[in-house]
Amino acid sequence: MRDPLVELTDRGLYCRAGDFYIDPWQPVERAVITHAHGDHAVAECEHYLTAAPGRGLLALRVGESADIQPLAYGAPIVHRGVGVSLHPAGHILGSAQVRLEHHGEVWVVSGDYKLGPDPTCAPFESVRCHCFISESTFGLPIFRWAPPAATMQDVAAWWRANQQAGRTSLLLCYALGKAQRLLAGLDPELGPIYVHGAVERCAAVYRAAGVPLPAAPPVLEAARGVDFERALILAPPSAQGTPWTRRFKRPVRGFASGWMQIRGTRRRKVVDRGFVLSDHADWNELLGAIAGTGAERVFLTHGYAQAMARHLRERGLDAHPLATRFVGEAGGDELSNVHVHSDMPDESVSMPDLSDIPEAPDDEEAMPPDLSDMPESPDDEEPTA
Amino acid sequence: MRPFAALYAALDETTRTSEKVAAIRAYLAAVPPEDAAWAVYFLIGRKPRQAVSTRKLRAWVSEAAGVSEWLFDECHEAVGDLAETAALLLPPPTRTTTLPLHRWVEDRLLPLAGKDEAAQKADLRTAWDELDRNERLVFHKLITGAFRVGVSQRLVIAALAELGELAPATVAHRLMGAWQPSAAQFRGLVAAESDQPATSRPYPFLLAHPLEGDPAELGERDAWQAEWKFDGIRAQIVRRGGQLFVWSRGEELIGERFPELAPVAGRLPEGTALDGEILPWRGPDILPFAELQRRIGRKNLSRTILAEVPVTFLAFDVLEAFGRDIRERPLSERRQILEPLLAPLVGDVLRLSPVVAAPTWQELAGLRQGSRARNVEGLMLKRRAAPYGVGRVRGDWWKWKLDPLAVDAVLVYAQSGSGRRASLFTDYTFAVWDEGALVPFCKAYSGLTDAELAEVDRFVRAHTLERFGPVRAVTPELVFEIGFEGIARSRRHKSGVAVRFPRILRWRRDKTPADADHLDALKALLAT
Repeated sequence: MRDPLVELTDRGLYCRAGDFYIDPWQPVERAVITHAHGDHAVAECEHYLTAAPGRGLLALRVGESADIQPLAYGAPIVHRGVGVSLHPAGHILGSAQVRLEHHGEVWVVSGDYKLGPDPTCAPFESVRCHCFISESTFGLPIFRWAPPAATMQDVAAWWRANQQAGRTSLLLCYALGKAQRLLAGLDPELGPIYVHGAVERCAAVYRAAGVPLPAAPPVLEAARGVDFERALILAPPSAQGTPWTRRFKRPVRGFASGWMQIRGTRRRKVVDRGFVLSDHADWNELLGAIAGTGAERVFLTHGYAQAMARHLRERGLDAHPLATRFVGEAGGDELSNVHVHSDMPDESVSMPDLSDIPEAPDDEEAMPPDLSDMPESPDDEEPTA
Repeated sequence: MRPFAALYAALDETTRTSEKVAAIRAYLAAVPPEDAAWAVYFLIGRKPRQAVSTRKLRAWVSEAAGVSEWLFDECHEAVGDLAETAALLLPPPTRTTTLPLHRWVEDRLLPLAGKDEAAQKADLRTAWDELDRNERLVFHKLITGAFRVGVSQRLVIAALAELGELAPATVAHRLMGAWQPSAAQFRGLVAAESDQPATSRPYPFLLAHPLEGDPAELGERDAWQAEWKFDGIRAQIVRRGGQLFVWSRGEELIGERFPELAPVAGRLPEGTALDGEILPWRGPDILPFAELQRRIGRKNLSRTILAEVPVTFLAFDVLEAFGRDIRERPLSERRQILEPLLAPLVGDVLRLSPVVAAPTWQELAGLRQGSRARNVEGLMLKRRAAPYGVGRVRGDWWKWKLDPLAVDAVLVYAQSGSGRRASLFTDYTFAVWDEGALVPFCKAYSGLTDAELAEVDRFVRAHTLERFGPVRAVTPELVFEIGFEGIARSRRHKSGVAVRFPRILRWRRDKTPADADHLDALKALLAT
């Protein structure tokens, strides 16, 4: 049997034939980046390749001075004999699936993706392949999304009800992607929309890329004494409980995420209202996308990889979980031909070095237990007079 | 069902008590009284008996949703709530229904328990096709006997009191005891004058708060009555209408489980309500609570168990005497009524809680140190001038318990929690050393902060040795200090001991498993 075209190393997914990494976890020489979320785009690589619409967001993430080569969706390049092309993943602006072709064998690495409608990015494109490495963040059948339009209507109704009660609507969401998707879907006629600085920085890149978004000034640029009572505020979850939110009198807190599907997660976040809105594929979308590739072999990564793989195997597919750096449901022992991080403990009885256990990635939806957010987001401090 | 499911969701969605009260009040005012009656019944924590086993629900939902049962279990583990898992997995309904709550309960839900499996399954399929996700959640909780909602009885009482313009204590009292939900019953609940017969009805229990500080801060020693804090089952004995009713704090009639009480308590004067504690007591000795648990669990009380674990009712307060509610009178007066009332009946079955005599706080503290030898948990301090309040009134009754017993133990198993802890590994089993091996001795769920829980959760995921269904065996590395109230020998536990009210006191990051305690240390506590 031939060497796998993509293998898992301690730096992340690696294509040996082409000598490059896909979404590496540590700085490497050559990195293909599926999208600019922090758990997929690490800084300080020497060369980056990413989809052209995502260039600005990647520069925001890894620095303007980084060497980033943009590639148009669908345009093929050949690197050391490996054909590489990028195809829309529908996750956020510029998100891409990576198609690799070598000696007639085609692999696709999905990155994060969704099939549902999103006005802020190009829709997911199904790419035929022999082997598909798919995300499975929401790979359980309890995750089935309502149509996003219905969820947007729920958000609007919530906002109106809060306005009638004279209370600010504080809607927490991931600053990159989810916030812009919400902005694009909200009716600016309903009332003023303000954003956290972290949301604004990403929104500016979206606008520069030609994505129409309604006006939504940063809270800190609002005139002194402005009344936020009728306003809707978009902010990352990290803003909750900081001095930044104290300017809003008795805000009603909402949270937009796929994890809001589970009541326990919502309660743990101590928010008043959860909106199920995800930039990841739900169970049915995952099954549809996997079937659409026609792949004979499937590897699953993130979230409920083990359960999803077992379900696919029961349906006759050669499917296995791919262990990632992120401890989660990944059960790497089922993989034989791919190097896997052992998550088996050693036999020592000393205290574990807990700093070794990675923090939750900063894509809010990558791991169930804790929804975190952009690491560099809390720059939106109170101005000192 | 829809308005009730919407109320359930509204209560679930807000953390503010004022909004919860407003939501309950708005619901009760809007629906017909027969629906309101059932809603109150469920909201204060009463529930119909389980009609469908969770095993059957799991099998039927898996079949209807087209998922394997192992996949159902994976989902259940992620959600942490069976009723919710089932609601999320089922295909969307094709119809809607406006059948009101009381019809759902009386025509569809209650008859379900008496039906055979095939009929139950057919009924569920029909229901699933009519109910949306929120309604199914509530429906599943009701049929599995697991209905719980995040409101305290106090909030329901507050909403009813607002609605009927009544004193909360009046509503609280009307809600006590056995009653059947109906339109008339609900009208009686919020009516200005209660015309309902209340022969069996107990009074709301007054609950004590733990005393954290120095009792001297409570003021003059003389202003307080001290009693031992006994470890038994809190109960109220009501003698009215020629009958005897024994109520638990959970408002269950428990007289049948303690048949020895009736012959003596039945001789109390008509119109008496006593507050006290049911205790296992043989000859001169109070037995450990674990002994009482042996007999609580049994359906049939054999002569042997009655002889081995006889009980006593230890009375410490009187709420009604000669047909009059005397709760407003100060404790000192109630005690003067209680003592002569009980005197002719005192013996093995009925006892009077002794007042602990110690002229100073210092002497009292000294007596408290001897609590374990007496098989009591510490002391109760009750303000002599205080009336018998309703519920958890702060400041009149304090429980001044001994510090918990504690050992250092190693985390060996973890299981995901439920509710807000769903999909986090938060339910732990701890072990101590015995002849070179770790022997599990207790489970504990509480005591860690959210940040610590998240950290332990990551540890569990990264250090799983083996999976047993939802349970993960983990590398024995983390050490915690486990506190508990009491300890007794147990043949049912591998460790040979059973501890009472175990909880995590703190994470001992400074300790390695080798530093954890030995079973001998636990067994040594048996003697204290």
